[in-house]
Amino acid sequence: MAEPLLKVAGLQAWYGESHVLHGVDIEVREGEVVTLLGRNGAGKTTTLRSIMGLVGRRSGSVRFEGQELVSARSDRIARAGIALCPEERGIFASLDVTENLLLPPVVRPGGMDLDAIYTLFPNLKERARSPGTRLSGGEQQMLAIARILRTGAKLLMLDEPTEGLAPVIVQQIGQTIRTIKERGFTVLLVEQNFRFAQTVADRHYVMEHGHVVDAVSNAEMAGAMDRLHGYLGV
Amino acid sequence: MLEDLLFQLQIGLPQVALGLVNGAFYALLSLGLAVIFGMLNVINFAHGAQFMMGAFVAWMMLSWLGIGYWPALILAPLIVGAFGVLLEKTMISRLYKLDHLYGLLLTFGLALIIEGVFRNQFGSSGMPYAPPAALGGPPVDLGFMFMPVYRLWVVVAALVMSLVTWLVIEKTRLGAYLRAATENAALVQAFGVNVPRMITLTYGAGVALAAFAGVLAAPIYSVNPQMGSNLIIVVFAVVVIGGMGSILGSVLTGFGLGLVEGLTKVFYPEASSTVIFVIMAIVLLARPAGLFGRA
Ligand SMILES: Nc1ncnc2c1ncn2[C@@H]1O[C@H](COP(=O)(O)OP(=O)(O)OP(=O)(O)O)[C@@H](O)[C@H]1O
Ligand SMILES: [Mg+2]
Repeated sequence: MAEPLLKVAGLQAWYGESHVLHGVDIEVREGEVVTLLGRNGAGKTTTLRSIMGLVGRRSGSVRFEGQELVSARSDRIARAGIALCPEERGIFASLDVTENLLLPPVVRPGGMDLDAIYTLFPNLKERARSPGTRLSGGEQQMLAIARILRTGAKLLMLDEPTEGLAPVIVQQIGQTIRTIKERGFTVLLVEQNFRFAQTVADRHYVMEHGHVVDAVSNAEMAGAMDRLHGYLGV
Repeated sequence: MLEDLLFQLQIGLPQVALGLVNGAFYALLSLGLAVIFGMLNVINFAHGAQFMMGAFVAWMMLSWLGIGYWPALILAPLIVGAFGVLLEKTMISRLYKLDHLYGLLLTFGLALIIEGVFRNQFGSSGMPYAPPAALGGPPVDLGFMFMPVYRLWVVVAALVMSLVTWLVIEKTRLGAYLRAATENAALVQAFGVNVPRMITLTYGAGVALAAFAGVLAAPIYSVNPQMGSNLIIVVFAVVVIGGMGSILGSVLTGFGLGLVEGLTKVFYPEASSTVIFVIMAIVLLARPAGLFGRA
């Protein structure tokens, strides 16, 4: 079988002196939607940030399309075709909505064009001139996702895009993730809500204390509920 | 009483106009400081020395190579800006992980060294630099007063340069990168922008602005190694009053305080050299973040 699009092996990461990831192994194949589940503090965000090159000290292996990126700088990782939608969304207050949307440079051909993005997120067009942080939480999340669809990145990493949002918005984000999957993007999604994860993903990894402790395909999910409840404490 | 005041103002108008010219330099220099501070979080104490270098490079070009004012107005900022790039790459960039104070100390030290080297080479008596023929004509009648053409040009050039800088930062894609990186540089870099290079070039651009002001100043003040340090103390007061980091704020405050200084020369000359510092003290007490600063 061909090498997966993303292959993370034995990834370790540190914030200063504190050792947070202790050997994470994840594979994501082209076109898949894969989630990372786990309790608060399990290391999900740190995993995404380490793949993106945003954690100062890291070791192990992060291979993307066969290239080793574990010691690359974050701008080079972005140019290789990986994009992050961060947990705190990272909308810039001094930029208006359009400027926020157009900020990430196009790194490769094959991204969505503006018209397609506005069809997916009509609110962003209506509010084009508002400062980015004047949008509602849901709109900011849409903007944070929308701006990485343009760049041609193949692998989109979304960190808890449904956190703190109303149910209708959560549904809308679910629909968005299914749409971008249909368009051929590959998604690595961090979630706490595994009912939501079930509606969008092909496979799931479970993290605990900086390790991946389990992997479940969506088809197996129903049978694995007890196990998952155990991990996630819900 | 009122007539008295108006009469005084009328005979004092040349002083007020002179204030506007000083204001043009305050505006350009505090603009460069604001650009640098916004991106690097470093207060560039070498700014005055870099202003002086701009004037000297223009002078050297003219007296050694016969290159005139107009080419110097473009070349000197490029040369001094390139020197700034070198400083940032070899020294200043090493300090970003440390407290701001280290950047301040380093640039202050650099200013002393640069000035020392120039004093050693050229002595401290000033050298004249003639304005270009096109701007050396007789004073222009502005209706209410006569103003030397060259000084009028300085005000216009400073306004245009400020406007261009503002447009680049507020209305272009490059400016959007700069504003975004000021908020969250790590994220901008994670989108694929080479942020370290952008920081280097921003420092170079800020230094080039100082050198541009230096070339503008060469025909007005005599070209001498202290010309920067005399001016920069007032400029730092201007920056404190305006609020660090605001582009529009530094331009408005620069011109405004130049005018205030000019008016003080008319009505209460004894206070003209201290009025800016008095305003600074009041602003610091009432609005510590500055008139245009975000607290
Ligand atoms: N900047 C930081 N400095 C030091 N420690 C950190 C930092 N960020 C996170 N940590 C620690 O690293 C561990 C993993 O955090 P991480 O944010 O990756 O968890 P998470 O799985 O994303 O949790 P959540 O569901 O709350 O977002 C936690 O123990 C956290 O306290
Ligand atoms: Mg997290």
